[in-house]
Amino acid sequence: MGRSADRLSLVLLFTPFALWIGLLIVLPQLGIGYVSLREKVGVNEFTFGFGNYAAFFEEPIYRNTLLRTAWISILVTALALIMGFPVAYYIAKIAKERSRAGLFLMCLIPLWVSDLVRAYGWILLLRETGVISTTLVSLGIISGPVEMLYNDVTVIIGLVYTVILFMIVPLVSTLQGMDDALLEAGYNLGGSRLTVFRRIIVPYAMPGIVAGCIITFMLTAGSYLTPILLGGKNSSWFTEQIYTQFITRYNWEMGSTFGVLLLIFTSLVVWLGLRLTGQSLATTVAKE
Amino acid sequence: MNKKMNAFVSGVVALGFSAHGAQAETLRLLTWGGYAPDSVIELFEEKYPDIDVEVTFSNNEEMVAKLRATGGSGYDLAQPSVSRIKAAQAEYGIYKPMDLSQVDTSVFQPNMMEAMEKYAEIDGEIYSIPHVWGTQGLVVDISKAPEVEGWTDLCDPQYKGRVSMRLKRALLLGFAFDTGKDPFAAYDDFEAYEAMIDEIGETLIDCKDNVKTYWTGGDDLSALLLSGEIVVSDAWDSTAFKLYKENPDIRFIPTRTGALAWIDTFTLPKRGEADDAAYKWINFVNQPEIVTMISESSGAVSAVKGGVELMPEGAREAVAAAFDEEALDNLKFMPSVPPGLEDLEGRVLDRVKAATSE
Amino acid sequence: MNDLSCERVTKKFGHFTAVSEVSLDVPSGAFFSILGPSGCGKTTLMRMIAGFETPSSGDIRIKGESVLGLPPNRRNVKMVFQHLALFPMMNVGENIAYGLRCRGDARSGIAEKVARVLDRVGLPGVEEKRIEQLSGGQKQRIAIARCMVLEPDVLLLDEPLGALDLKLREHMKIELKQLQHQFETTFLYITHDQSEALVMSDQVAVMNAGRFEQIGSPRELYDRPVSGFVAGFVGDANCIPGKIAEIRSGEARVELPQGGEVIGKLCDGSRTGDDVEVFLRPEALRLGAGGAGQSLEGTVDSLLFNGANSRILMRAGTGQLLEVAIPAEAPAIAEGDAATVNWRPDHALVFARRAG
Repeated sequence: MGRSADRLSLVLLFTPFALWIGLLIVLPQLGIGYVSLREKVGVNEFTFGFGNYAAFFEEPIYRNTLLRTAWISILVTALALIMGFPVAYYIAKIAKERSRAGLFLMCLIPLWVSDLVRAYGWILLLRETGVISTTLVSLGIISGPVEMLYNDVTVIIGLVYTVILFMIVPLVSTLQGMDDALLEAGYNLGGSRLTVFRRIIVPYAMPGIVAGCIITFMLTAGSYLTPILLGGKNSSWFTEQIYTQFITRYNWEMGSTFGVLLLIFTSLVVWLGLRLTGQSLATTVAKE
Repeated sequence: MNKKMNAFVSGVVALGFSAHGAQAETLRLLTWGGYAPDSVIELFEEKYPDIDVEVTFSNNEEMVAKLRATGGSGYDLAQPSVSRIKAAQAEYGIYKPMDLSQVDTSVFQPNMMEAMEKYAEIDGEIYSIPHVWGTQGLVVDISKAPEVEGWTDLCDPQYKGRVSMRLKRALLLGFAFDTGKDPFAAYDDFEAYEAMIDEIGETLIDCKDNVKTYWTGGDDLSALLLSGEIVVSDAWDSTAFKLYKENPDIRFIPTRTGALAWIDTFTLPKRGEADDAAYKWINFVNQPEIVTMISESSGAVSAVKGGVELMPEGAREAVAAAFDEEALDNLKFMPSVPPGLEDLEGRVLDRVKAATSE
Repeated sequence: MNDLSCERVTKKFGHFTAVSEVSLDVPSGAFFSILGPSGCGKTTLMRMIAGFETPSSGDIRIKGESVLGLPPNRRNVKMVFQHLALFPMMNVGENIAYGLRCRGDARSGIAEKVARVLDRVGLPGVEEKRIEQLSGGQKQRIAIARCMVLEPDVLLLDEPLGALDLKLREHMKIELKQLQHQFETTFLYITHDQSEALVMSDQVAVMNAGRFEQIGSPRELYDRPVSGFVAGFVGDANCIPGKIAEIRSGEARVELPQGGEVIGKLCDGSRTGDDVEVFLRPEALRLGAGGAGQSLEGTVDSLLFNGANSRILMRAGTGQLLEVAIPAEAPAIAEGDAATVNWRPDHALVFARRAG
């Protein structure tokens, strides 16, 4: 009786998880993988093969866009880490108990509006006739209006702004678990500020750093609106290519191929990042 | 797999909607922004209290993609351009023929119905009814760029950093005409067509320095022009007409080679479930006072007889300011796009987008 | 020379004075304890010595040199934290090597030093173990080894036994004392547990409300407390409140509120008519009748068996509950029996009544 009840509750708990993973993650990916192997030879005529993948590697535009997307995503992740760490440290360790919740909520505010609204917010601020440019001109700091939109720097700023929260949250939760005595012990045993930061704070926060970096990197590489709206004429983004293939070109086969490649490539970057920093998922994200 | 999958999806969709459909019929409209303003929907629902209208705003490419994804279900009436009927139907089978007896076709300008017979006819059946038409050309702030006449003026160095473009096929077509070619004639010869647009692609890459940004939606373009950040761009005439009301210096230029004309249609998705309501909607919006309301919100000209006269005040003047007799005669109606052509064009446009400039 | 001296050290947090004018001298190689209830300021004092807090006034000297200007990482004072604060992301060897590497020791010598200190704390060869694989007592020893490998002038220990279970705590008391002998290093030990302080220390300072009440050897504190606080806090004592009726040649006759009287040694400047408390150690009480003012009658309330530390809980006729040590040759006695206890007047210590 007891055992069958246990089994029942196990099944009940496991089923939603299995359905979620199976129906919403695995199945669509299999479908995408299947479509990506279809080669179009004529109207409603298909054969199977790796032709779409070959087409990707033959076309430098696609390759370069993917590399560019990955490179900017890495940069955004690094900036989010550099800027997010002090914020997280302040919230977790320095801020008073009472203000902590408020600070945390303030970080969440950007998430309460949609991506689109946020991007338009940046556009209003940064465009040539926008708030910042006009203010600088009226203050006499610059002589004529400047265009701050439509370049990579703007894209990076916009992306960092969007994803930094996903860096801060895991960092705050790991840092909060750190006993202040560890820091004091670090100093007491002769460590300088830098040593304590490098050998105690960072290793302790590593699960949060790894989790935050993976989330921000994946979010950035998969983002669409921010790079498109802020990017302008020179900034192509890989998700834009996927959209173009699916929607304007009616080329689902190529779009699926790009989707699969983006998944593989970003996973590869994450794996490489873990290897290069000597971390593994088991000792960081999956750690108790 | 595709067929089965589609059947499955439509089954699920049908299940989801059947409960709703029992009380009141729903007309699910897949259309462009401005083509179904709330005021018109209210009037329609007043007249037909048992029909609910649900509107999804989209564009040509997305309409085809959405219908393709569901095998032609999920919507009861769509409004793709007439150039997007034949190829999409041949490849994906997402539309069904019109029952012309349900529509009062006598209200349309004859050339509009002719265009349907020419571009929306498959195996003797007509798939589309015209709704509104308009053109693509250039929009210019004539106080700042008085000399713009043709598409290639977008690359005039004197407007450096003051130009915008929309990286879509119309840009390639416009440049082709302006350099003395006839792209429509080359539709059937892919090799010639490819060579032609490759060359245009090079031109566009060379003049990328001129471009401030590529616009993607009418609102982008409006903001860029009204703020004075750009002075010339390619555009839909409807957007230009709306801007004319705000600033009469902003004019639509049909260009020296003639504006590219498009017709947006009413077309029935293959698995639409409310054909009667769809026909009611079509006939409803062709009434003169409704025509004016839709022209007001969309900026486009109705396909009914006297469509220009039925335009609201201001827009009519804008049209008059843009088109003289000669320009109207010079319209280049965009024919059906053959399958595969857009893939060629897309590759060129990708190259332009990916090219780097300062 | 004294390894550690504090001179009139004061620490104020706003209007609150956590440590007030505390002075102490710890001679080289001593085991010095600071004993006090929680909130008495002992942790603040230790944190000032370690450098985590700056005194509001006063001076702290290590080996005769003032360390007030030195940041915590440059003071040769190492600390064993209450919860040990071993670094969870490093293994045992790395934990111990951390301080050596901070100090800039040659890499080649580090492994050898780590091995040697592990050997000395009785845990040879555990370098590769992870912290969470160690038992409570082993963690304790690693925390000490991590400090001792740096050969500090003074080792601070902040209630390090608090987290251990009773049995292990008893064992660690002895072990700590042995380790201290073995390293011959000055230990400054903070605790609220008087038995830890008494068992291990050469010198104990009893701290209360930011001040030292008394500094002395455990025996001095036990036998000759200077205040009611020390008498009550150090060791077990029966405390009987009353009022001085008469003082004669250093002895006070104290009248109890419910009648009866107790004669004891007057230990402070209380005068006739003052409220006082009389402290009687359980082992100073003997069964049997005694002279006037030197005995109380009552009944046995219960017997508390604890091996050699067994006690009789006796309710005196005056309503007082008294703990009485059972001598080895005790007569058979049962609950409910009538009993009388007596004491020598010089074992009954009379102090002014404590506030509260």
